[in-house]
Amino acid sequence: MIRLEGVTKRYGATAVVDDVDLDLGHRGVTALIGPNGAGKSTVFSLVGRLLSADGGRVLVEGRDVARTPSAELARCLAVLRQDNHLVARLTIRELVSFGRFPHSRGRTTAGDREHVEAALAHLDLSDLGGRYLDEVSGGQRQRAFIAMVLAQDTPYVLLDEPLNNLDLRHVKEIVALLRTMADDLGRRVVVVLHDVNVAAACADRVVAMREGRVLADGPTAQVITSEVLTQVYSTDVTVREVGGRLTASYFD
Amino acid sequence: MRTDPEAVQHADDHRPPRQPDDSPPDPWRMGEPLRHRLLQWWARPVTRTALLALAVVAITAAYLLTDVPGSLSYALQVRTRTVAAVVVVAAAIGVSSVVFHTVTANRILTPSILGFDAVYALIATTAVFVFGSAALGADRLELWLAQVGLMVLASTALFSWLFGGRRRSLHLLLLVGIVLGVALRSLAEWMQRMMDPLDFEVLTDALFASITRPDTQLLWLSAALVATGCAALFPLRHVLDVLTLGPAAATGLGVDHRRTVLVLLAVVSVLVAASTALVGPVLFLGLLVANLSYAWSASARHAWTLPNAVLMGAGFLLGAQLVLERVLGYSGTLSVLVEFTGGLFFLYLVLRKAAR
Repeated sequence: MIRLEGVTKRYGATAVVDDVDLDLGHRGVTALIGPNGAGKSTVFSLVGRLLSADGGRVLVEGRDVARTPSAELARCLAVLRQDNHLVARLTIRELVSFGRFPHSRGRTTAGDREHVEAALAHLDLSDLGGRYLDEVSGGQRQRAFIAMVLAQDTPYVLLDEPLNNLDLRHVKEIVALLRTMADDLGRRVVVVLHDVNVAAACADRVVAMREGRVLADGPTAQVITSEVLTQVYSTDVTVREVGGRLTASYFD
Repeated sequence: MRTDPEAVQHADDHRPPRQPDDSPPDPWRMGEPLRHRLLQWWARPVTRTALLALAVVAITAAYLLTDVPGSLSYALQVRTRTVAAVVVVAAAIGVSSVVFHTVTANRILTPSILGFDAVYALIATTAVFVFGSAALGADRLELWLAQVGLMVLASTALFSWLFGGRRRSLHLLLLVGIVLGVALRSLAEWMQRMMDPLDFEVLTDALFASITRPDTQLLWLSAALVATGCAALFPLRHVLDVLTLGPAAATGLGVDHRRTVLVLLAVVSVLVAASTALVGPVLFLGLLVANLSYAWSASARHAWTLPNAVLMGAGFLLGAQLVLERVLGYSGTLSVLVEFTGGLFFLYLVLRKAAR
C-alpha cells in the first residue's frame, strides 16, 4: 500500500496539502479528483518523491519515501507526469526501454527487451517502435510514455492527468488501457483526473480532494454522488445514471 | 485499438522485394537490397563514429605531414604538441558541453555562460595588473594552478549555493552566471583601462585562444585532469541518457536527480577550467561541436554523442588551425575563426528555433 500519514506541504504560509491521512493503491484503479488547486497533483508529487513533505511521511510498502534509495523505489512505483518535454530525439522503442533502467541500470538484457516488446504490444505500438516521438500523434506519444511506465514493471503505477490535451477517442483508448493494466496485468493504478465522468467510467475507487484535504475516499459509487461532488467543486453537480453509468452534469 | 496505416507502410518500405530463390541475380533488381543494406549500415551509430574518426585521422595526418618547411622530425615534434593540445581541449569542451546541455535540458547554452571566460580574463588581468606583463611569461604553472583552482572554486561555490538550499533552479543559476559574468568582465575592463599600454598588448594576446606551442608541463597536467573528468563520467553515461527525460521522469526511474546534477556540474567545471587555463576561452566551440554531434550521431545515447562531440571538436580545431597556418598564413587567431564560425552557427540555431 501507499500510505500518507499526516502529510503536509506548504508554499509560504498556505498549506496546499494539509495534514492528509490517506491510503492509496488498492486493487484496481484509484482516481484522484478535485478542483484546481485542491492539492491532488501535489499529493502525486509527494508520493512520487518529486517534492519533499514539510510534515508527516509517505510510506510505500512500509518504506519511508524520503529515506528509501530512489533506485529501490523505482522498482516498486512508476510515476508519469503530465508535461513530458523532451530535448533529445528518441524513437518510441528507445523511450520505452528507459522503463527498464531501474532494473538494468542501462545494461539492457534479453529479459529487458522482452519487457519492452510486451509493453509496446500492450499499447499497440509494436509497428511504431522505430518512429521518432516528434513524428507521431499526441495520442501515440502519450501511449508511448504509458508503455514506458508499463515496462518499468512495478506493482504501483501513478499517472498525473494522462488524458490532458487528448480528444475523446484517445481518452477512450487510454481509459481502456488503464483498465487493462489493472485487470489483466494486476497493476495498482493511481491516476489524477480532471474529468469527473472519466473517473466514474474507469475507477474502482475515487479520492476527492478540496483545499488540501481529503473530502471523500471510497468506492466510486459512494463518491460520485450529487452531494459529494457539489461539496467538492462548490457548484451544483447532479449525478444521474445514464445507460448504466454514473454521469455528472453541471450545466443545469 | 487501431493500427496506423501510414506507420505500417513506413515499416514496410525499406524491406527488399522478395525474389524467387532459383532466379539468376538480376543486376537491376539487386539494386534494391543493396540500397537497403547501405541505409541500414548508414543508420548504425558505430558507422557514424567510425567515419568521423577517419575524417579526424585524415585531418591530423594532413596537419602533421604536409607543408613541412625543414626537418620532418622537428616539425612533427612541434606539431604533435599542438595536436595533443587540440585533443585535450576537444575532449574537455565537447564532453562538458554535451553534459551541460543534458543537465540544463537545453541545447543552446554552454558552460561559458556561467562566466568561465570572465573569471579567466579577470585572473589574467589581475596578474598583469599587479605583477606586470612578466606574470604571463615566467611562471605559467602558478598562473595555471591559480586559474584552475579559482574557476573550479567559484563554480562549485555557486552550485552549492544554488543547489544546497531550497532554491534550486537552473534558470536562476544561468541568470546569476550571466550577471556575474558581466560584473567580472567590467572589473577586468576597468583594470585594463588603467594598465600600461605595453602590458595591455601582452594581455590581449593572452586572452585570445591559441593552441600552438602549449607549455609541455601544463599540457600534461591538463590532459591528466581532463582524462580524470572523462573517466568519472564514463560510468554515468546511462544515467545521463535518463536525465534527458527531465528531472521528474529521471526521479521516477530511480535517479537521485539533485545529487547527480551536482556531481555532473562539478565535473563540467573541472573540464572547462582545465581547457580554458591551457589555451584560453573558446566560447562558441562547445555549442558548435555539441550540436554537430547531435545532428551527426544516429543515436541520442551519450555513449555515442559524447565521443562524437569530442571528435567533432578535434576535427574542427585542427581544421581551423590548418586553415589558419596554411591558407591565412598565421594572419589571424584561432579564437577569431572559432568564434566567427560558432557565432554564425549560434545565430542559425536561435533563428531556426524562433522559426518553429
